[in-house]
Amino acid sequence: MPKDGGIGASSKRREDVRFLTGKGRYTDDINIHGQAYAYFLRSEVAYGKINGIDTSVAEGMPGVVQIFTAKDFEGAGGIPCGWQVTDRHGQPMQEPKHPILAEGFVRHVGDPIVGVVADTLEQARDAAEAIDVDITEIDPVLDMRAALADGATKVHDELSSNLCYDWNLGNSPEEAEQVMNSAHHVTTLELTNNRLIANPMEPRVAVGDYSIANDDYTLYTTSQNPHVIRLLMGAFVLNIPEHKLRVVAPDVGGGFGSKIYHYAEEAFCTFAAKQCMRPVKWTSSRSEAFVSDAHGRDHVTTIRLALDENGKFLAIHTDTLANMGAYLSTFSSSIPTWLHGTLMAGNYTTPIVSVNVKAVFTNTVPVDAYRGAGRPEATFQLERVVDKAAREMGIDPVEIRRRNFITEFPYATPVAVEYDTGDYHATMDKLLELSDHAGFEVRAAESKANGKLRGFGISHYIEACGIAPSNLVGQLGARAGLYESATVRVNATGSISVMTGSHSHGQGHETSFAQVVAEMIGIDEKQIDIVHGDTANTPMGMGTYGSRSLAVGGSAIVRATEKILNKAKKIAAHLLEASEADIELKDGTFTVAGTDKSVAWGDVTLAAYVPHNYPLEEIEPGLEETAFYDPANFTYPSGGYGCEVEVDPETGKVQILSFTAADDFGNVVNPMIVEGQVQGGLAQGIGQALLENCAYDENGQLLSGSYMDYTMPRADDVPMFKVDHSCMTPCTHNPLGVKGCGEAGAIGSPPAVVNAVIDALQRGGHDVKHIDMPLSPDRVWMAMNS
Amino acid sequence: MVSVSMNVNGKPASGEVEGRTLLSAFLRENLKLTGTHIGCDTSQCGACVVHVDGKAVKACTMLAAEADGSEVKTIEGMANADGSLGVVQQAFQDHHGLQCGFCTPGMVMSAAALLSENPNPSEAEIREYLEGNLCRCTGYHNIVKAIMAAAGQDVSKIAAE
Ligand code: FES
Ligand code: FES
Repeated sequence: MPKDGGIGASSKRREDVRFLTGKGRYTDDINIHGQAYAYFLRSEVAYGKINGIDTSVAEGMPGVVQIFTAKDFEGAGGIPCGWQVTDRHGQPMQEPKHPILAEGFVRHVGDPIVGVVADTLEQARDAAEAIDVDITEIDPVLDMRAALADGATKVHDELSSNLCYDWNLGNSPEEAEQVMNSAHHVTTLELTNNRLIANPMEPRVAVGDYSIANDDYTLYTTSQNPHVIRLLMGAFVLNIPEHKLRVVAPDVGGGFGSKIYHYAEEAFCTFAAKQCMRPVKWTSSRSEAFVSDAHGRDHVTTIRLALDENGKFLAIHTDTLANMGAYLSTFSSSIPTWLHGTLMAGNYTTPIVSVNVKAVFTNTVPVDAYRGAGRPEATFQLERVVDKAAREMGIDPVEIRRRNFITEFPYATPVAVEYDTGDYHATMDKLLELSDHAGFEVRAAESKANGKLRGFGISHYIEACGIAPSNLVGQLGARAGLYESATVRVNATGSISVMTGSHSHGQGHETSFAQVVAEMIGIDEKQIDIVHGDTANTPMGMGTYGSRSLAVGGSAIVRATEKILNKAKKIAAHLLEASEADIELKDGTFTVAGTDKSVAWGDVTLAAYVPHNYPLEEIEPGLEETAFYDPANFTYPSGGYGCEVEVDPETGKVQILSFTAADDFGNVVNPMIVEGQVQGGLAQGIGQALLENCAYDENGQLLSGSYMDYTMPRADDVPMFKVDHSCMTPCTHNPLGVKGCGEAGAIGSPPAVVNAVIDALQRGGHDVKHIDMPLSPDRVWMAMNS
Repeated sequence: MVSVSMNVNGKPASGEVEGRTLLSAFLRENLKLTGTHIGCDTSQCGACVVHVDGKAVKACTMLAAEADGSEVKTIEGMANADGSLGVVQQAFQDHHGLQCGFCTPGMVMSAAALLSENPNPSEAEIREYLEGNLCRCTGYHNIVKAIMAAAGQDVSKIAAE
């Protein structure tokens, strides 16, 4: 394949034209004739008992169609959690009901209590203001340690405590303790992983529609995985069989995890559409998004690392409290466990790794996956404690990592995963080269002369992507399979529609997936279209998250295309009157080996649909194949990240001077798209490290409830990035040899930034060992001056 | 209700709106120009930027009635007459300055306004000008690069696109 198309080409994105001309079709752009509007009256208090709801005045107000409370949903199920974690005693996690509208209690600010449907949004809002909800406030449970204390108020009365589960992975705590007791050195670090809000720029939207003619429902929604929503909402919440429920996720304006989950508003609009016999639309305001989109991170951790006198790692022991919020969101329980504990070996040969996680209910918005999901939390604590240990032992941070790198693969870690391949010295070398590490001291001296403190920080991450082998995750508690699907439909004249269960909301699948098929067949990628986002015309698939789309969804496309090629070869052999074994395919033409006989792709596809001269006794007409691909293992992208900062000692302000990412993603289909994914992830990771923080006050009120208080990274907060993916150790178990690139930037960058700031401060003579993120000027200044 | 009429993308447009109707709502709902996006309710994301009488304006901060009699340009009016992408749009595609596309209309409108005020901005000037435009996908790298390229600058030395 020429390199202006196919695998390895930076093909320009075909989706860009509609986005650049205002022709994208996002959910809020969809309006159905006769639609009504939903508005939710949400809790203004963090915890309270509902004594009564008086809707009588509101019901008579202009335009009001119907008003819903929990009573109207008595026949419906709660919003399900997709992952049953088993605790260290073999018991299932505690799993409270998550109702669509609050039942008896409100449990976080933003918890929906009443849903009003009216002719216009203004009328719905006006009516909601006339509703009287009588609530007796209860002191909220906010701090995780206090939540676990004996006698603490319970977030859910029906549970035995606020502990969702107490979970162990890897070596026993006793084994780790023994090593700690006799080790040459033990480094301890207590840290928090700050709570974040995903903030895709498009707020969530749901439009429910019901057709009495066919007794079927359609939901348009801002989702990363329409099939998952159909399954969860249809089977567990509203009792609608799949053939009567269509879920469409059209153009979606970013997700970053927050649009994976099934949300109450989706079920509400679908249900209300039938009750009101009108389409019902809900569009989240940004303020509403802050209190209703699932949040991310929010861990409190103590990690200890035992080392011998040469800086070899002997054991890791980590204890984490993970905030679940008030209810279990779809993937919430799996994030601190199977997506976090399993990564605690990092890139290192540490023989003993012991992980404990306690998941805790609090009166806050539910917490779930946010870009990286568990893996940033693992990487942050590990790469911070390694850096701290290096400083305590007087070993260079690069050198201490190199002494402990895994170099032989496959490598089975003590925490349940087996890395298939990697070359950590290579990515470290690449990082040092691209960041001009050798020239750092000169630059540091220049900064010093200007009264600034310069520092350099490194992190070397591993992540588990390509989520995930179904039989393995089933054993670990997943209530779903994590395969992906593809249907390749070859049309009579040779053009192709590929229907994928993956979903693209910024990742550029319409371009890169077409490149894969173009490469395999040897035809122009313009002949191939990728169809996604509608359960009515795509095979059941699990959607897009966990950097899985190319590794799992792309592999399904490869498998389906292989089936197409097998059949096409049979047809070609018939047309060429040759043996199938002699048929070769090159640049879209079938030839008979060693002869000049050939038949073009389009002639073979035409024969499949106009089978006049066709081996009908051997094969069916038509050329359409479906494949479901279930991965054999996770994939393990890794990389070396380096951050150079300058700290202003007068103000504590941190400026990022350069950021370098040297990643190993295995093979790469579209380098331009891969680099864009990394750049976006880096800005989010830098945002976490320096700017973003979701904070509650002591009453459980969200302090960071708008863009005035939640500091999103802006263009002048970040530099141009140096991004490289030339170190490639292809994944050994998927057909493309790809590993996934969507989350790396957000996983590897926060510890590099914090390590750089600590380096700058220590070089400046300040004895600062750790600062919790975000490293805002006041926190840095306080650390320097206390 | 008040009547408003304005020129939108070179064509006359009018409608009956409430006094409180925002320009963003008028464009999206009355005129069905859904390329102008709403990303926040505190005038901070810039997804709604359009040009009013040649100036970049957040359409969520202006009443439709205030734009009465104005020349308004939205993302739908940025392509060339033959339908091909305009210079800024083309640069965004060439340099991968968009991912999910939600911030993109506002980014393109802001970038075009910047370039008409300052045809050859530095990287720092671009970053500063984009202060009012949030993008969660791109990390801004390729947006800044695309705007530099649209200004005719050589961006081949800038790392990875
Ligand atoms: S919608 Fe956010 S600034 Fe206008
Ligand atoms: S491209 Fe998605 S927000 Fe900018």
